[in-house]
This record gives sequence, C-alpha cells and structure tokens, in this order.
Amino acid sequence: MRSVIARASVPFLVFAALLLVRPGIAEAIEIQRVVSPSGIEAWLVEDHKNPIITLSASFEGGAAADPDGKEGLAVLTASLLDEGAGPYDSDAFRRKLEDMVIGLGFSARNDSFGASLQTLTENSDEAFDLLRLAMTEPRFDTEPVERIRAQIVAGLKRSENRPQTIASRVWWRAAFPHHPYGRPSGGTVESVGHVTTADMKAFAGRVLTRGSLKIGVVGDIAPERLGTLLDKTFGTLPESGPSTPPVPAKPAAIGETFVVQNPVPQSVVVFGHRGIPRNDPDRFAASILMEIMAGGFGSRLTEEIREKRGLTYGIYAYTLPLEDAQMIMGGVSTRNDKVAETVGLVREIWAEMALNGPTEEEVRDAKTYINGSFPMRLTSSRPIAGLLVSLQRDGRAIDYLDGREDRINAVTMADLKRVAKRLFLADELTFSVVGEPQGLTATAPAPEPRS
Amino acid sequence: MRSRMIPERMMLALAALCVVMTGGTVDAKVYEPESITLANGMQVVAITDNRVPVVTHMVWYKVGGADEAPGETGLAHFLEHLLFKGTEKVLSGQFSRTVSRNGGDGNAFTGYDYTAYFQTIASDKLPLVMEMEADRMVNLTLDLDEVASEREVVLEERRSRIDNNPGSLLSERTNAALYLNYPYRRPLIGWAHEIKALTRENALAFYRKWYAPNNAVLVVAGDITMDELKPLAEKYYGVIPARAVPDRKRPLEPEQISARRIEFSHPQVGQVSWSRRYQAPSRFYGETDQVMPLDVLAEVIGGGATSRLYRSLVIDRKIALSAGASYSGSSIGPGTFSFYAVPTEGTSVEALEAAFEEELAAILRDGVDAQEVARAVKSMKASAVYARDSVTAPAHAVGQALAIGRTIAEIESWPDQVGAVTQEQVMQAARAILDTPAHVTSILRPKPAS
Repeated sequence: MRSVIARASVPFLVFAALLLVRPGIAEAIEIQRVVSPSGIEAWLVEDHKNPIITLSASFEGGAAADPDGKEGLAVLTASLLDEGAGPYDSDAFRRKLEDMVIGLGFSARNDSFGASLQTLTENSDEAFDLLRLAMTEPRFDTEPVERIRAQIVAGLKRSENRPQTIASRVWWRAAFPHHPYGRPSGGTVESVGHVTTADMKAFAGRVLTRGSLKIGVVGDIAPERLGTLLDKTFGTLPESGPSTPPVPAKPAAIGETFVVQNPVPQSVVVFGHRGIPRNDPDRFAASILMEIMAGGFGSRLTEEIREKRGLTYGIYAYTLPLEDAQMIMGGVSTRNDKVAETVGLVREIWAEMALNGPTEEEVRDAKTYINGSFPMRLTSSRPIAGLLVSLQRDGRAIDYLDGREDRINAVTMADLKRVAKRLFLADELTFSVVGEPQGLTATAPAPEPRS
Repeated sequence: MRSRMIPERMMLALAALCVVMTGGTVDAKVYEPESITLANGMQVVAITDNRVPVVTHMVWYKVGGADEAPGETGLAHFLEHLLFKGTEKVLSGQFSRTVSRNGGDGNAFTGYDYTAYFQTIASDKLPLVMEMEADRMVNLTLDLDEVASEREVVLEERRSRIDNNPGSLLSERTNAALYLNYPYRRPLIGWAHEIKALTRENALAFYRKWYAPNNAVLVVAGDITMDELKPLAEKYYGVIPARAVPDRKRPLEPEQISARRIEFSHPQVGQVSWSRRYQAPSRFYGETDQVMPLDVLAEVIGGGATSRLYRSLVIDRKIALSAGASYSGSSIGPGTFSFYAVPTEGTSVEALEAAFEEELAAILRDGVDAQEVARAVKSMKASAVYARDSVTAPAHAVGQALAIGRTIAEIESWPDQVGAVTQEQVMQAARAILDTPAHVTSILRPKPAS
C-alpha cells in the first residue's frame, strides 16, 4: 500500500503565500530577459541538468469576467483548449501529448488565465506547436465539449454538499453579494449548462492576446532558440483585446457569524476579512506578520489551537490579494462541541496581535524563515516558472529578487506594530460555519445563492 | 501531503506519479544514488543534485501501521505525531520551531509499511537537523498531558479525513472487506474507539521495539555528496548502538472464494460513483514477476484519456463521465489493482458496471494490442526523465523503495524492467489477477437528507 498519512496541516497556505509572502534571496537562480525578434518577452532560467523545458504563461481575465448566468465559462474553456486543435481531434491531440509525454494544460483563476507546458527537449518543437494550436485553433468539437461539460457538472455535484464547499460559498456570497467574487468561480450546474461553443470561442479570442501575456521558462533551452519558439508559438495571437479595468470592491457582511446546520461530526469553519493591496508598501511587514500568525508549527494559531489545546488537526490563514479586493482568509475544522471555543480563540489571537504586535523573538524567527526558505521553492522547474510569471504580473524589475532579503530585514518593530493593527481586525472577522456547532450563535441567516 | 484515503481520480494521478517517481531514464539510470551501511547497520543514501543549495533529509523506519498488534490500530501514526513532543535536549514543539527558525520545512508521514520523518533546509543546516533527528531516534520523553492533547488532534484528523468524508468512509470499509487477514484491512489512522484507547505506554513500547538505527534508512538528496554525508552520518547516527528489532511477521491471505460489494449512501454525496479493487501481487507478495506487467496493464487499459476503458465507456458509449484503472504494487503485503467509473446522467450504476464487465471480459478474452503495450512502455520510460527534476521527489521514491526492502539496483534498473515487458506477460498477469473473485465493488450514492 502506498497510502500514507501526513502530520501536516495548513493545506492552502502555499496558494496565497506564493504571490506575496515569501520573498528571499536570488543567488540560487539567474533570470534572463529574452525578447523574441517580433518583440515577445519571456523571463528565462536556463538549466541544462535535465533534458526538460518548462513554460508557464498567464493572461489577464479569468472567471470573474464570466457573464452573469454563464459562470464557469473560463473554467470550461480552460478544460477544452487541449481537447482538440487544428488538424487534430480530441483523441489525436491527447494521443500526441501522451506519446511524447508532453504536459500541456490551461487553468482559469478568478483574475487570470494560465497556460503551462512541460516537454522533453527532444520533443520541444512539437510541444510548442501543440501549445500554439491549442491557443489559436481550438476546435471545440461537440463530443469533447459535451463530455467535459458533463465532467465539470459532475465535479460540481460531487463537491456541492461538502461542508468545506458550503462554508466557503456562504462566506464569499455574504462578502460579495453584488461582485463576481461572490459567485462560485467554477460555475453552477445550471450556469455551466448555458455556456455555448460561441461563448468559448469569444472568450479565447478576447483573453488569449499578446497584450497581457507574461511568460516564464525554465530548463534546457538557450535564449536564441527560445526567442524563435516564442515567435512561432505566440506570434499569431492578436495584439490585445479590450482591457477590463479593476472594479475595486469592499467586502460586506463584516463581523458576522453564519451557521449552516449540517449533520457532520466535525464543523468546518471559514473565516476572513479585508486585507492589503498587492503593491502596498506594508506588504513586507504583512508577510512577516502572517508567518508569525499562521506559518504552520510554531505559529500562533497552530500553537494555541492545535498544540496547546488539541482542538484541531489543522488551522490555516493566508493573504489573498485578488485584483478587485484584497483579503485575509483562514479556516479550521473542529468537533461540534468545540466550535464556539475555537472561534473565540481565533478572535482573541487576532485581537492580541493587533493590540501588542509580535515579540522580538517571533520577528527574528519569521525573518529567518522567510529569507532562508526561499531557495526551497526553487528545487524543481514548475514553481520557478510560476515565480517568473508572478514577478512579471506584479510589475517587478528583473533583479527584484536580489533585494528581497534586504526588504524583509529592513522592516522594523515599529512597522510591525503599526501594520498589525491594520492587518488583524478582530471585529471584522466573519465566520461561516457548517456543522452542528454547540453554543455558537449565528448573527444573521446565511445568504441564499444568487438567483 | 498525500492523504491516506485517496479519491479514485486522485489515485490515478498518484499511480502515474509513482511510475514517475520510481521511474528511470532512457540511459537506464534513474537517480544514481550512492549507498553505504554504517557499522550499526543503518543504511545511508546520498542523491546528488546541486542546482540549489538545499537538501531534503529523510529518515525512514521500517515499521508502519501493518506492524501494529490487533486492537491498537493507529499506533504507528500516533507515535509519529508524538515524535514531535520532545526529548530532554529538544523540548516539545522545539523540533519544528528550530527547523523553521533556520529557514527549513519539515514533516512526517506514516504508511502501512514505513514511517518517515523529513526536513528540507539549506544544505549548510544539514548537521543541525541530523543531530535532532538522531536524538529523537532513541531519546523520546513523553509527557502525559501532551499525549492526551495529541490524541485529540489525531481524533480531529480522523474526523477531517474520514468521518467528514463519505468517500473515505467507504474506502476504509472497502479495504476492510478486500483483505481477509492481512493488516492492510485496518485503517492506517486507526478506528476511532481504538485511537481513544491508545496510551503513552503503548506508544513508548512500540517506539522501543522498532526505532533503531539498524531498522532505519537515511536518505539525503540535493546539494550533498556521499563524501560529505558519510562523516556526518557517522557522527550523528553512527554512535547510536544497534539493537535487536523483531522480524516483521505478516500473515498471509487465505484463498478468496467470493467477490463482495459494498454500497453506501450519504447526504453529502452529490454524484454516484463506482469502483472495484482487486487483490494483486506486489514487490514482495505473491507472483512478484507480475508487478511490471501489471504496471503496464494499468497504463494500457486505464491510464488516461486514450486508454481502453476511457475510450470505450466515456467517448464511444457515453455511459461514463470518467473511467480508469490504477495499480499499486509497491508494498510488502498484497497490492491492489483498481478500477473506477462515474456514470453519466441517465445511466444506472448497474448498467455501467455491466458495461465494465463486458469490456473486462473482452480484454481477458481477446487480449490487449501489442502496439498499445509498446506505446505505454515507451511513454512510461520517457516520463521517468521528469522524476529527476526535483530534490524531494527522488528522496521520497528511493526511501520508500528501500524501506520496504528493495535494493538500489532494483530501483535503478526500472527502465530496463519496464522496457522488457511483453504483451504476453501483460495478458498473463491480467488473467491471473482480474479473472478471480478476489475483489470488492464499492458504490457511493447520494442520500436525500431526511
């Protein structure tokens, strides 16, 4: 049996931390700017140890831009781009990928649309060409469209009764009753059914453009050859589509507690409130504070709630700097008779940090961890390619990583105390609880799905 | 972190990952590990990859959930949690804190056949984690309150992983039915009532029985060479005396004479799903020469969107939303060969099962295509190159293989082994495994909330 159980908690920490929280040293990798003959830019980390090339690309525009009633459009499109393109129907396309062991995929997030490619060097011409075909000549044949649609609908059905899904949906619905962030980004059983092939073609034409394209490449490829492949692969994309400016949104339902009764032995809790923008000057202080609050073992949440009291297997919190709203989110699961205590503790820990800030020892440890752990993100190609893309998306200079350690070290205790008051707003924490919690009173009825 | 009860779809991905992780390159080398054995019997392995100044340090103990005595399910995993609860030198909670204070990450996990502890950290901090890991190999001290509190954590873990998840509940019961006598029938995390009864004394007895240098494998991967590792290993682990460790006595399975089925309805389930698990040989159980052919068989008939089952049930007949197969033979005890499928709207799970039976009968009768076998072998071999693009994954793959008793020569010859698989061997293994009643069919259904 290969089955294993791990001691870990903090399942989603990495997700948000990637973008904002873990700066560090750059000695481990050397980033080159590659500009193709026709002007397409990519950031490259050359590495010839293994005969592998890894590419990550992102475009602006994601699920948040799905039209009302057609939520799921971005996700469905992402799942169909590699299901047949150009001369190849779905089966032929998949077969080419499998035979050459090419990893090609697309993903839709709330605010962005991503492409990823991984290939052996010997198959790289074919691999880049399949990527080009998928972006520029997707077929959207009826068979794969209906097959993938049915799979997505089944996935939605599979998850829709899970306490984790319900807790999260209630939270976002309450916080963003009129903004797309309040909708499930993957759509609903009904809305996915309304997406047409014409919608997907229009989506691909609008989003897959050179204007917002950011590319990161890692591995066994020289800059000159990459330049040639960039032109061949991305050169025929339209220059740019109509851009959609951010529509800043403030979360509603501040300081509420929602309870959805559900007969499970363990209540699932999602909590959160507003955060700080991606480019806020206080973001380095915030990353240190989040490490102290929620950086796994040794952090305040895990120590107080898991280690000292045995109330949970995992508690986590992370920053989520979305385009239109910046959030701090967290979650915990605990048995029904301990929910009230656990929710109370989260509020207390939050308030204590805002009131007194961190200790000197915590700050020293967090800075060491943030700086020292950075190279651990660089031990395989995919995360490096992702990092290259997020640096560009955030508008960083190419030598940005060189200064990350200094920027972290420059944060003072006075900064941290000030930012702690800005970051941890105990009175604004809104909790969404699914289960049969005892002794916990809802402050308002949980919002119903938007019609 | 991998979870213990793996949903069927993820199982497939995991199977693919394991193919890669134990995989090889076209020049018939995989990770090129170097291995020595210390005077006290501890195996020490270095896997060099110096692209980044980082190492993954792992200690694998050759003991896991399948070595627990009846009535104490969950003990191996509980002890794994308790190893973070301190020694005289490194107090409770200080282990993880020291690792992260030095910029590292660490964790531990328990399997049926092994328990592993690991840290990933800057290579100049390797001596620090080696010293702490060696210390807790023999010097664990356990406070009663800490044990009680951690037992609550494990019960919460069980609720999170199993009790709050109907698919996991069904999977747990499926294993209990699939194995009639082998300890894989018991849940790795433990039955709740047995977790509640685990004591400090149980944990310490298990610890003293199994945790010893001669029952452990050290694997360090990344920015390290054997020349650098050897003196450190001798300094920190080499000084711990060997001690007698019991043989891992595992019972054998009796002959299976009837197939079984389990149906489970639960209000949390939103979508019907079907699966079937067969008992199969593994690296150390039953007909071990069927292991490689079964790996290839799983790839050919259920390994992806161009596999036989997917094409037939999903694309051509449109009665399944997804369908596939996976094989897991990397264990001391029996392996499993698994199928899963999800019916389309309007297809009954019974009709889907009947169609699966037809497909399986056709495969067993007519065989798989030689070209399909060749294609699968080629892509399995090629995919193995990706296994080297990581520091942590090779350490996991090599450590896991050594912990169940395989040798480095076997790990490294994987490309040759998979390359030598023939169509005849694949069909021979298929008929030996899939034409028997040694299986359990599981059906998960929605249940309207009352």
